[in-house]
Amino acid sequence: MSILNSKIPEGPLAQKWTNYKNHQKLVNPANKRKLDVIVVGTGLAGGAAAASLGEMGFNVKNFTIQDSPRRAHSIAAQGGINAAKNYPNDGDSVYRLFYDTIKGGDYRAREANVHRLAEVSNSIIDQCVAQGVPFAREYGGLLDNRSFGGAQVSRTFYARGQTGQQLLLGAYQALMRQVNKGSVTMHTRTELVDIVIVDGKARGIITRDLVTGELQRHFGHAVVLATGGYGNTFFLSTNAMGSNGSAAVKAFHKGAMFANPCMAQIHPTCIPVHGEFQSKLTLMSESLRNDGRIWVPAKKEDAQAIREGKLKPTDIKEEDRDYYLERRYPAFGNLVPRDVASRAAKERCDAGFGVGTGLAVYLDFKSSIERLGKDVIEARYGNLFQMYEKIVDDNPYETPMMIYPAIHYTMGGIWVDYELQTNIPGLFAAGEANFSDHGANRLGASALMQGLADGYFVLPYTIQNYLADEIRTPRMDTNAKEFVEAEKSVKDRFEKLLNIKGNRSVDSIHKELGLIMWDFVGMARNEKGLKEAIKKIEAVKKEFWTNVRIPGNKEGMNVELEKASRLADFLEIADLMARDGLNREESCGGHFREEYQTGEGEALRQDDKFAYVSCWEYRGEKEEPKLNKEELVYENVQMLQRNYK
Amino acid sequence: MSNFLTSSIGKKFIMSISGLFLMMFIVVHLGINLLLIFDDSGELFNLGANFMATNPAIRIMEPLLALGFIVHILWSLIVSFQNMKARPTGYNQSKNSSNWASRNMLVLGCLIFVFLVMHIYNFFYIIKFEYQNLLEVDIDGEIMHDSYSLVAGLFKTSVTYCILYVVGAILLGLHLGHGFWSSFQTIGFANKLWLKRLQVIGQIYAIVVTVGFAIIPLYFLIKF
Amino acid sequence: MDKTINLTLKIWRQNGPKEKGRFETYQVSDISTDSSFLEMMDILNEQLVNENKEPIAFDHDCREGICGMCSLFINGRPHGPDEEITTCQLHMRKFKDGETITIEPWRAAAFPIIKDLIVDRQAFDKIIASGGYVSVNTGGVPDANAIPIAKPAADEAMDAASCIGCGACVAACKNSSAMLFVSAKVSQLALLPQGKVEAKRRAKAMVATMDELGFGGCTNTGACEVECPKSISIAHISRLNREFLRSRLSE
Ligand SMILES: Cc1cc2nc3c(=O)[nH]c(=O)nc-3n(C[C@H](O)[C@H](O)[C@H](O)COP(=O)(O)OP(=O)(O)OC[C@H]3O[C@@H](n4cnc5c(N)ncnc54)[C@H](O)[C@@H]3O)c2cc1C
Ligand code: SF4
Ligand code: FES
Repeated sequence: MSILNSKIPEGPLAQKWTNYKNHQKLVNPANKRKLDVIVVGTGLAGGAAAASLGEMGFNVKNFTIQDSPRRAHSIAAQGGINAAKNYPNDGDSVYRLFYDTIKGGDYRAREANVHRLAEVSNSIIDQCVAQGVPFAREYGGLLDNRSFGGAQVSRTFYARGQTGQQLLLGAYQALMRQVNKGSVTMHTRTELVDIVIVDGKARGIITRDLVTGELQRHFGHAVVLATGGYGNTFFLSTNAMGSNGSAAVKAFHKGAMFANPCMAQIHPTCIPVHGEFQSKLTLMSESLRNDGRIWVPAKKEDAQAIREGKLKPTDIKEEDRDYYLERRYPAFGNLVPRDVASRAAKERCDAGFGVGTGLAVYLDFKSSIERLGKDVIEARYGNLFQMYEKIVDDNPYETPMMIYPAIHYTMGGIWVDYELQTNIPGLFAAGEANFSDHGANRLGASALMQGLADGYFVLPYTIQNYLADEIRTPRMDTNAKEFVEAEKSVKDRFEKLLNIKGNRSVDSIHKELGLIMWDFVGMARNEKGLKEAIKKIEAVKKEFWTNVRIPGNKEGMNVELEKASRLADFLEIADLMARDGLNREESCGGHFREEYQTGEGEALRQDDKFAYVSCWEYRGEKEEPKLNKEELVYENVQMLQRNYK
Repeated sequence: MSNFLTSSIGKKFIMSISGLFLMMFIVVHLGINLLLIFDDSGELFNLGANFMATNPAIRIMEPLLALGFIVHILWSLIVSFQNMKARPTGYNQSKNSSNWASRNMLVLGCLIFVFLVMHIYNFFYIIKFEYQNLLEVDIDGEIMHDSYSLVAGLFKTSVTYCILYVVGAILLGLHLGHGFWSSFQTIGFANKLWLKRLQVIGQIYAIVVTVGFAIIPLYFLIKF
Repeated sequence: MDKTINLTLKIWRQNGPKEKGRFETYQVSDISTDSSFLEMMDILNEQLVNENKEPIAFDHDCREGICGMCSLFINGRPHGPDEEITTCQLHMRKFKDGETITIEPWRAAAFPIIKDLIVDRQAFDKIIASGGYVSVNTGGVPDANAIPIAKPAADEAMDAASCIGCGACVAACKNSSAMLFVSAKVSQLALLPQGKVEAKRRAKAMVATMDELGFGGCTNTGACEVECPKSISIAHISRLNREFLRSRLSE
């Protein structure tokens, strides 16, 4: 299968990246200026890539849908970023970070990619500190670390509960420095609406100016997509309202493979849904599980009484509480990986032990407050407690928090090879938008690491290997027929949307899709449900294309039109997710098929049949997508059943 | 340097320095004026006033002081005008979360200016230019103007002036209550700790000045 | 818990940057007091779409108080009647049944209106571009622990760095001054050894850009600090003044 060459370099695992760098092609300084690189997205991946490529001398054009690059969704990450620095001297190493990430991903990621990620992790911390990122420090003046997401070592660097913000601002500032120098041109409130392919290579994009509504054509010798994840397919997720999967769908339609779409992460500690009007779900950082204990009432009648408001959580006696994670997983307790913790919460609630609306469990700080004092807990989680109180109007110092799992992150994404290049030459994907490093489940504090690794230290190298062959390609005139055609098809699509003039708002249809996804393609999936989901998604798609109502027109700012265009793409992704989930007859990481579990309800992988990356290929509107496989070869790590008991 | 003075911080720097200078003057001025109420014979005050009128150092300070006032007033107008331009359309509804004086320094300043004109006309102008009308006293063999009678006379006879002077003192106090810490803030003297301290010191300073100046007319009004 | 309220909303509508705006009045009913302010706006918009009218445009993204995108001037206060929060974190339990709520966009010459309640805050990006960074390129930097930084300095830098660039400080200030925003960045970087090197140059460049873009000057009213959702202290403004004066006096 030539289209799916992962281009993993030769040599032993630990030498592959060094070997690659030693032998790759480079572009000389004089030629860099002549090469245009389009970077879509200004999150950790896009911002870091655009800044670094600008510094190197490429002519970069950078795009974001927000009003400022600083507002990319990466800003919301709370907990921290991993690196194998081993500053605490607790036995961490590049290999251990690599191993934990592979294992955490349930053996569905590429060894070589993950090892490279662990290798460059240390440089990320150095880079951020040099930029003035105010990481937490100890009294001696050195950097502080904490343990996160069940890791046995403390390798997580953090800046209060705002790590993503600080890292993104670091990248943003580096980026604005390049904007000032003129090496990066910034296009804010501008959305990618199509990708232009010329002679089989990505050569540019079509964008819509979200303020004027104008369509624009941009040429680039290469195009980088760093547009984040597609968690908002579910309508309710922890992602920002604007997070979308449109760029991935455009790439998919132009022939790029969509890899492992079904692999979505459900985060165990989010504020539960409380009403139909709800617009998004708020994450309560995973770090809370370091000191909070998760429980539900051990007796059904207590749970019932709580739901009816007859009992308060504080009325339940210690012996009548079921600390189910501590019970089921004595070794890791409340710190089991996200997928495990989420499923356990669902299991208890489905069994009738849920509190609140029935879909919530308690996260209790009472014993920590008794043990460490309120001051310590406040210093650690004060801002999170305040956030919780503002939303729920309950004081978590006195009564336990209520939490429930929610869609949080998508491991799947655009298929890329070792160079982060898709199967379309010249089209690259970085950050959450690609599928590469987290397998079937992402560990806490690893997305920030991957986004910055891709943006600062991987892409700026690998893209040169491609661009070195492009130095003779002159800048293309954007009046070329490929650009004109792409723009026309986009225009037609917007007109089609506006002309539906149906009866339903975009959000109402999106909510309907979200419910289907949550019920059938959510935390627990099965063959029957997934088949039904595919049908239901098809029906929603039809409803959308015949009955959506978008007031206003295509000129000027039209928020409903933006949302509609994104929803049309989410509908495509929803279908892919269900299909992929149906195909993958095993449970692994975030993908849990009820048919495939151990006697104790743990995920059961089928390594002999499914140790591959599912790569979906678009074959036109009427045709079903085709499945291609990239076999995963494990040369260094042995695939084991994950065990957190 | 030129674009320093035209920068927003530069302009505020000028306001701050001239303000600090004027605040020093106020302390001296208050100190001498308080002599009015510590010695009913007027000797002490007359000595003080005479010293101020004849001491060469003070003679040099006088034009400087005038310059201080002029700069402080002119720059306040420039600053205010430019700040108004920064919000061409206002809010329909707006609750202010800052304190009133801080937002109305210009208004306070204008009122104080009116007061100042009156004050200069009442005393300074007469002592300086119409001194021939003043009584003279002999203190320890030196003949000097009886400024004491001028001041005491005004306050003893006019309730209106007393009220105006008390009001003037209050306006000045409000102005200084913000102006004091603000001038330190502007020259970069504040930090997390000192910001609060300067605000407290500023309040104390403003109260002392207000009470100090207000007590003088009240003293004459009540006592005589 | 499940209380609902009815409200009258007086909202600024403006079709485009150059068009004339006006207030329009809308009614919403049965709003759960557990919903957020922006969810209430969603409900209103859903209502408008159903009436085939154009929904109200307002900026928002993360809806958890960190991206700095949401920016409504509610009942006379930026981010509305609650302390230390952004618009998206404001909840309807702060309002009474039958209340009239006035919603306006940020108002400042430097933040022109784009549509309805959305303003253009690119001026902030321009200020950062003019110097709000440490001039290092990717790669070739020293080990992260090579320079110890005293915890109090690191903590204070973090306080300043929490600024989300929302612009509430400008909206609240009677002078539309951006000093709190600018000082937060200047102060953060001046407090860290990595940023100290360029501190003077940075202050000078950023203040020059701020002035050019039409923000007013600071008259220390302190409204910014009160309305700032991240409680950025005006002590940072004093540090900015200090850095600026140092830079200008050393020329
Ligand atoms: C609440 C929350 C907390 C998290 N906490 C952590 C954590 O503690 N540790 C951790 O490691 N990870 C965490 N994550 C995950 C992590 O934040 C994200 O995976 C990561 O930031 C993604 O970065 P990115 O650069 O790939 O994309 P994003 O930051 O999502 O950026 C996407 C960019 O693409 C632009 N864009 C999107 N579509 C288009 C389009 N069509 N046209 C033009 N531009 C477009 C956007 O404007 C934006 O600039 C968290 C995630 C959430 C939701
Ligand atoms: S200083 Fe505060 S109010 Fe101003 S932009 Fe920053 S966070 Fe917003
Ligand atoms: S929407 Fe992000 S801060 Fe309010």
